[in-house]
Amino acid sequence: MTDATISTVTAPPPATISGRSPLSSTLIHAALIAASIAMLYPLLWMVSASVRPEDEIFSSTSLWPSSVDFASYVRGWFGLDVSFGRFTWNSLVIAVLTVIGNVIACSLAAYAFARLRFAGRNFWFAIMLGTMMIPYHVTLIPQYVLFLDLGWVNTILPLVVPKFLASDAFFIFLMVQFFRGIPRELDEAAMMDGCGAWRIYWKIMLPLSLPVLATAAIFSFIWTWDDFFGPLIYLNDMNTYTIQLGLRTFVDSSSTSDWGGLFAMSTLSLVPVFFFFLFFQRLLIEGIATTGMKR
Amino acid sequence: MAAVQDSAVAVGAGAKARPAAQGRLAAIWTKHGAGYMFLLPWLVGFFALTLGPAVASFYLSFTNFDLIRSAEWVGTANYVRIATADPKFAASLKVTIVYVVLSVPFKLAFALLVAILLNRGIKGLTFYRAIFYLPSLLGGSVAIAVLWRQLFAGDGLVNSLLAQFGIEGPSWISHPDYSIWTLVVLSVWQFGSPMIIFLAGLRQIPTDMYEAASLDGASKFRQFYKITLPLLTPVIFFNAVVQTIEAFKAFTPAFIISGGTGGPINSTLFYTLYLYQEAFGNFRMGYASALAWILVLIIGLFTAFSFLTSRYWVHYDD
Repeated sequence: MTDATISTVTAPPPATISGRSPLSSTLIHAALIAASIAMLYPLLWMVSASVRPEDEIFSSTSLWPSSVDFASYVRGWFGLDVSFGRFTWNSLVIAVLTVIGNVIACSLAAYAFARLRFAGRNFWFAIMLGTMMIPYHVTLIPQYVLFLDLGWVNTILPLVVPKFLASDAFFIFLMVQFFRGIPRELDEAAMMDGCGAWRIYWKIMLPLSLPVLATAAIFSFIWTWDDFFGPLIYLNDMNTYTIQLGLRTFVDSSSTSDWGGLFAMSTLSLVPVFFFFLFFQRLLIEGIATTGMKR
Repeated sequence: MAAVQDSAVAVGAGAKARPAAQGRLAAIWTKHGAGYMFLLPWLVGFFALTLGPAVASFYLSFTNFDLIRSAEWVGTANYVRIATADPKFAASLKVTIVYVVLSVPFKLAFALLVAILLNRGIKGLTFYRAIFYLPSLLGGSVAIAVLWRQLFAGDGLVNSLLAQFGIEGPSWISHPDYSIWTLVVLSVWQFGSPMIIFLAGLRQIPTDMYEAASLDGASKFRQFYKITLPLLTPVIFFNAVVQTIEAFKAFTPAFIISGGTGGPINSTLFYTLYLYQEAFGNFRMGYASALAWILVLIIGLFTAFSFLTSRYWVHYDD
């Protein structure tokens, strides 16, 4: 601590410690800006293509449309037998229920692992970590048979119910890490006052854990919104399609000549994710930095 | 704390002069019951959705289950066929390994390079970090796979750009030699999340190490090679393992870009795509279960190998 203070006060800023000239700093910025442009170019091009007049989409590599035209959005929205409004609604329902399920079920389990003492806790904790490593392909087929027997195929139940059973062990792990950082004195004092485990969970742990609950909620939403494999397996009736399945049908259908409509709907499907990126970027980046999340 | 609770229970039980056995049950419940109550949803999920299905899947892998007729035991026939008589299995395994071997090193090298540039105290760190992270966040969606399909099509954006330099590019996605590269580029484009983890790792390296090294006249390259890289090996190891497992499980981009076929000529037939085709296209559920267990075996062997070799190159402080 004192070292850091001394060095920031007395020493020149770190940039010059390493003896870097303004020239190399300019070079770094030039490289980073060039890389940023290269990375964003395809995305921006797609957005711009979605508002271009149809005949201009393929002829132009520029990002500025000659005129702005939302006809592609209208064509795309009604481009399939079922409208994209329906797909968007279906996606939204599944994503919101998943968020609720994950936050409730995973925080319950995480509280047990982080705070309660019971026989077999370490054993179950190890098992829980183990389930994070297993590829879902191993459980896929029997799960499908189970849900088929229950008559759940073509409903959202196979996609949502498992979340209420804390099937995303990753979020349990994330929450356990956070709960362990909350001072034990708080719940010990509450216990002295006669609070039971439920009250401590509800009145102390959850209110103090809003950052991690928000991180889990946002990642749950984004991953569910983007999920393609689950809906592909369980939803076969177009009325139940999510927006990702709608896009897939659009790209495979004979109307693939309508790239404008396809790009318009693709752009639309990215809007919620982009929204979270814009407003909750800090939470997302911290979540990744501290847990090493996969995506 | 638990001791306080226990004695309180004991005192309570004694005062009311309950039968000893009932008092003990109550004590056990007070001690362990709450934990299991909180764990209940996860426990149900674990048995019904993970352990049960995993056991069932292992059993099914020795049968010819096809979803219609009841499963018949076929012994190791599925595994024998996988090992000896299934060219599509061999093709899909090859494609997947090529994808892993190409995409993971490039992605990590990019992530590390950019993280090092960003860590040099430059202005606008949060801005650059956000831009480089955005593709990771969007990249898993169908929309991006759709975009990729257009970018690398014969009349796609990449070829339009190349045409401005007078180069006539092929149709990248429909050429069996190039199609896998479009998927590798898509994966490398999403270098943002390993980059963030590298950045967090770089921050942990004390700056006085570099100060001491430069006072001793160590060159930049030497500092990187002797300080940064060794101290970062745990993070490199972590990223490499996570990204490799993810790459083995990749599905959506190959599915969308090839229209579900894994073509042209199986050149984008990811292992998971082949498994999906067998299970939900041909309904060879027994065979697909065997494929799933082979995938577990491959990932498990890889992870074990990584951990065994890690002690020769991963540097831990203590």
